[in-house]
Amino acid sequence: MRAFTYERASSVEAAAQAAAGNREAKFIAGGTNLLDLMKLEIETPTHLIDVNGLGLDTIEATPDGGLRIGAMVRNTDLASHEVVRRDYGLLSRALLAGASGQLRNKATTSGNLLQRTRCPYFYDTNQPCNKRTPGSGCSAIGGYSRQNAVVGVSDACIATHPSDMAIAMRALDAVVETVKPDGSKRAIPMADFHRLPGDTPHIETVLEQGEFITAVVLPAPIGGKQIYRKVRDRASYAFALISVGAIIQPDGTGRVAVGGVAHKPWRVEAAEAELPKGARATASILLADARPTEQNRFKVDLVERALGAAIAEAKG
Amino acid sequence: MQFDTPATTNPIDQLKVVGKPIPRIDGQLKTTGRAMYAYEWHDPKLSYAYGYPVGASIAKGRINSMDVSAAKKAPGVIAVVTAPEIGDRKKGKFNTVKLFGGDEVQHYHQAIALVVAETFEQARSAAALIKVSYTEEKGVFDLKEAMKTAVKPDEKQEPDTKAGDFQAAFASAPVTMEETYTTPDQSHAMMEPHASIAAWNGDAVSVWTSSQMIDWWRGDLATFLDVDKEKIHLMSPFIGGGFGGKLFLRVDAVLAVLGAQAAKRPVKVTLPRPLIMNNTTHRPATIQRIRIGAEENGKITAIAHESWSGDQPEGQPETAVNQTRLLYAGANRMTAMRLATLHLPEGNAMRAPGEAPGLMALEIAIDEMAEKLGLDPVEFRIINDTQVDPEKPERPFSHRDLIGCLKLGAEKFGWTGRGKPGARREGNWLIGTGVGAAFRNNMLLPSGARVRLGNDGVVTVETDMTDIGTGSYTIIAQTAAEMMGLGVDKVAVHLGDSRFPVSAGSGGQFGANCSTAGVYAACVKLREAVAQKLGFNSADVAFEDGQVRSGNRSVPLSEAAGSEGLVGEDTIEWGDLDKTHQQSTFGAHFVEVGVDVATGETRIRRMLAVCAAGRILNPITARSQVIGAMTMGAGGALTEELAVDTRRGFFVNHDLAGYEVPVHADIPHQEVIFMDETDPMSSPMKAKGIGELGLCGVSAAIANAIYNATGVRVREYPITLDKLIGGLPDVA
Ligand SMILES: Cc1cc2nc3c(=O)[nH]c(=O)nc-3n(C[C@H](O)[C@H](O)[C@H](O)COP(=O)(O)OP(=O)(O)OC[C@H]3O[C@@H](n4cnc5c(N)ncnc54)[C@H](O)[C@@H]3O)c2cc1C
Ligand code: SF4
Repeated sequence: MRAFTYERASSVEAAAQAAAGNREAKFIAGGTNLLDLMKLEIETPTHLIDVNGLGLDTIEATPDGGLRIGAMVRNTDLASHEVVRRDYGLLSRALLAGASGQLRNKATTSGNLLQRTRCPYFYDTNQPCNKRTPGSGCSAIGGYSRQNAVVGVSDACIATHPSDMAIAMRALDAVVETVKPDGSKRAIPMADFHRLPGDTPHIETVLEQGEFITAVVLPAPIGGKQIYRKVRDRASYAFALISVGAIIQPDGTGRVAVGGVAHKPWRVEAAEAELPKGARATASILLADARPTEQNRFKVDLVERALGAAIAEAKG
Repeated sequence: MQFDTPATTNPIDQLKVVGKPIPRIDGQLKTTGRAMYAYEWHDPKLSYAYGYPVGASIAKGRINSMDVSAAKKAPGVIAVVTAPEIGDRKKGKFNTVKLFGGDEVQHYHQAIALVVAETFEQARSAAALIKVSYTEEKGVFDLKEAMKTAVKPDEKQEPDTKAGDFQAAFASAPVTMEETYTTPDQSHAMMEPHASIAAWNGDAVSVWTSSQMIDWWRGDLATFLDVDKEKIHLMSPFIGGGFGGKLFLRVDAVLAVLGAQAAKRPVKVTLPRPLIMNNTTHRPATIQRIRIGAEENGKITAIAHESWSGDQPEGQPETAVNQTRLLYAGANRMTAMRLATLHLPEGNAMRAPGEAPGLMALEIAIDEMAEKLGLDPVEFRIINDTQVDPEKPERPFSHRDLIGCLKLGAEKFGWTGRGKPGARREGNWLIGTGVGAAFRNNMLLPSGARVRLGNDGVVTVETDMTDIGTGSYTIIAQTAAEMMGLGVDKVAVHLGDSRFPVSAGSGGQFGANCSTAGVYAACVKLREAVAQKLGFNSADVAFEDGQVRSGNRSVPLSEAAGSEGLVGEDTIEWGDLDKTHQQSTFGAHFVEVGVDVATGETRIRRMLAVCAAGRILNPITARSQVIGAMTMGAGGALTEELAVDTRRGFFVNHDLAGYEVPVHADIPHQEVIFMDETDPMSSPMKAKGIGELGLCGVSAAIANAIYNATGVRVREYPITLDKLIGGLPDVA
């Protein structure tokens, strides 16, 4: 870990400005991802802006029947919120499938969306990795890639986004609200928030330098059976090999977003039209462009099987 | 004391303290944080500096140059020690690859430097500033490729054995099976990282470390430093797990000593978790081929087990065929081990070395063979039990109750009524049960102890024995208490210090039996001294309830101590009872699993182990050993695998996020039953090892249960869902 300076931001705008003026600054929320990466010198900010004390830790109803979730709301609080549990069961279940109780107590909504990949080569600074050191190469291609992505991949990077929460947010059509250093605000639909790796796998979201997440907004609830099926080797405390977030309506229509397969929560609206026909039809469109490696080819089948189980469960 | 004839009745047989479920005497120290682990020693009078190690970033080659200038100038840095500067040093007896020194790189993350600074954070950040230029060399990293050029290891390793004519018997057997199995590289993944503190005082050095074997470490450290062993004081009273990873001197101790020399200050060094998997040792991967031939009635007539593993030059094979030499009958048999040269990190002992991976294969093979014969796998094992070493029938087992374990286990587990593969389903779960035999030899190493009786009536035991979380403190206290007629509250136990008599140490499940036998021997001496002091005839003296009795005279033990106290010291040494007899421990594992019909995720539902392992010295600590081992076996069956990057030559998943050991949610109800038995051939304690038995055969029992649940036979560990889903029913 490199030495760094630290400040507590006094306001959202001040935080964004401080970050804009210093390319080597980073926001710190729960710190559960950032500090680990700093210890390994994968992230080397010289300045940390602590954004915990800005009153962004509330969950409020929006006028159109949705929920505005403050960026600093802890994963535990979000998962256990009465309205979330009642109307957005997918989100609550996805959160509880992630990490551990201790981590969820600390981890925040914005930090969770911005957590970085768990590709093992990304964590070893001796190894080439385009995401960590642009232009150095991708060790996972042709290497140990069991956990890596199967769809939306590029020749530069086959990493996944590891968040469980983000899968639910994507299926629920959440919108990320931000403030830019110049004070302007914008609302970014989850569909557009994370990027595919392309030639620039180190750029993971559409956020600009210093742009600060203030909240994530959920639209009014859409009902349906909300199922989060996380598949992993051990029963707990492991990232998803794949996960399926499904919202299935009584008529068999619905939505599905898949985790552990791509650089972003993977949802293909055209595939959802096939949901009433079943998992095979849906998955074949969802993963039509899959380019798995020898080691992670199983994920393609696994998505179909897990989706099949979710649809069966929804039918009850 | 020379133990060369079977034990007769002795004071241990009273079983007033030994054999009782006494909670760990060091439990409170541990739960209140007062048990000091290596890195935690802190003398406020000393000013500690912190060392951070640097590992090589290539797998094989040479260091051309190292630029440490930036590191030396970094804030707080006191000293930088580099391998080229230290130069080639003599290697200790127990290490295959060098720990530190010189410009050759033998494996990934081999230590090449240490940065010592005022704080841990300063040392870590300065370590990242070191720039190294290497000349990389091509290495061999893929066992599947390398097995083609594997050779017979040297005869000391007993690579080949045979009896009868396997080829002919196999060719003519009416029922045969032949399969190949693989087990992956595994990491010890103990909770406490390797850690040491060194403090020099003139030409002598004190080292607090985390070591299973004090004397081995001391000797090898002396060799490395080229100093007299007496100059080294090694202490390791509490250890947060080792599993074989701390049997042999490790680089944290070497670096702490060198760092302290350079910094002229006491220095603390711990291995960061990402360095542990590639810097230290691991259990090597194996490829195993098993062939079995039997008559229609289930009697094995031919059995062969061959194993290929790899290691660094001058390394050793993983002895995966050893249990097949002894476990089942069969007149015609052969075993063979072949060793390939690999430039991965050093392969070496991990809990039940040889047995664990060997039984992972053999006990699936037995299951497959039973199925071919149409026999129940419990029955098939019973049919092929042997009471003698099948390669040398003149050598009987000292005591062997595998059949008892299998029968009792089958009854308690509810084995009968087990369905055909893929037949049982509850909702989304395919349910299956499996069995595996547990088998691990009992090893005997000399073990010494000193016992001191104080005038307060307290008996203090000193031995360099270690407690790696196993319960050594407690069973040693029980032994001394039993021998001296006291309760454990009147016994103090001091362990893990090189000033104490050399013990067996902790490894190979020999620690409990050997170290308590050493304490027994020392107590015999002390009893003699007490009797003599009191003028009693030692033959008829009884030690009971804090009193020494002879005829109608009774004296408090404390009185015998006098003002000076009395001391007894001895070492137990072993005759040839382990050569004339095969001493082993046995067990049977029964497991029920559920496999998710859609995703292939395996979740264990219940586990039972029945163990026949001689006298159980303490059922609480023994049970902990067995359930811990069963847990480790669950990891071995389902998740644990060091993933090899065969291009760059290293284990990629080198942290506890990537190397998945079981978590609580993976481990269901576990039950352990101990057979009520003693083995007078093994020691005056009549006990045998238990620490590794629980791991032997359990992974195969899980594999067999998965097969029974799904009908999919997986022969490549770990049995992850990707190997199952292709064979599961359609769900879409
Ligand atoms: C052992 C372990 C297991 C885990 N298992 C799982 C799992 O199974 N599933 C899962 O989904 N996750 C898992 N996680 C990841 C965990 O969910 C994330 O670490 C956590 O959500 C990050 O939140 P944080 O608030 O601590 O983020 P931080 O570490 O504080 O920040 C992460 C990033 O977000 C940026 N950031 C934070 N807030 C803002 C903001 N408001 N605006 C702009 N930028 C911001 C920071 O600058 C930083 O780059 C695991 C983590 C660990 C350590
Ligand atoms: S997949 Fe991406 S993160 Fe992983 S090594 Fe390649 S570039 Fe780096």
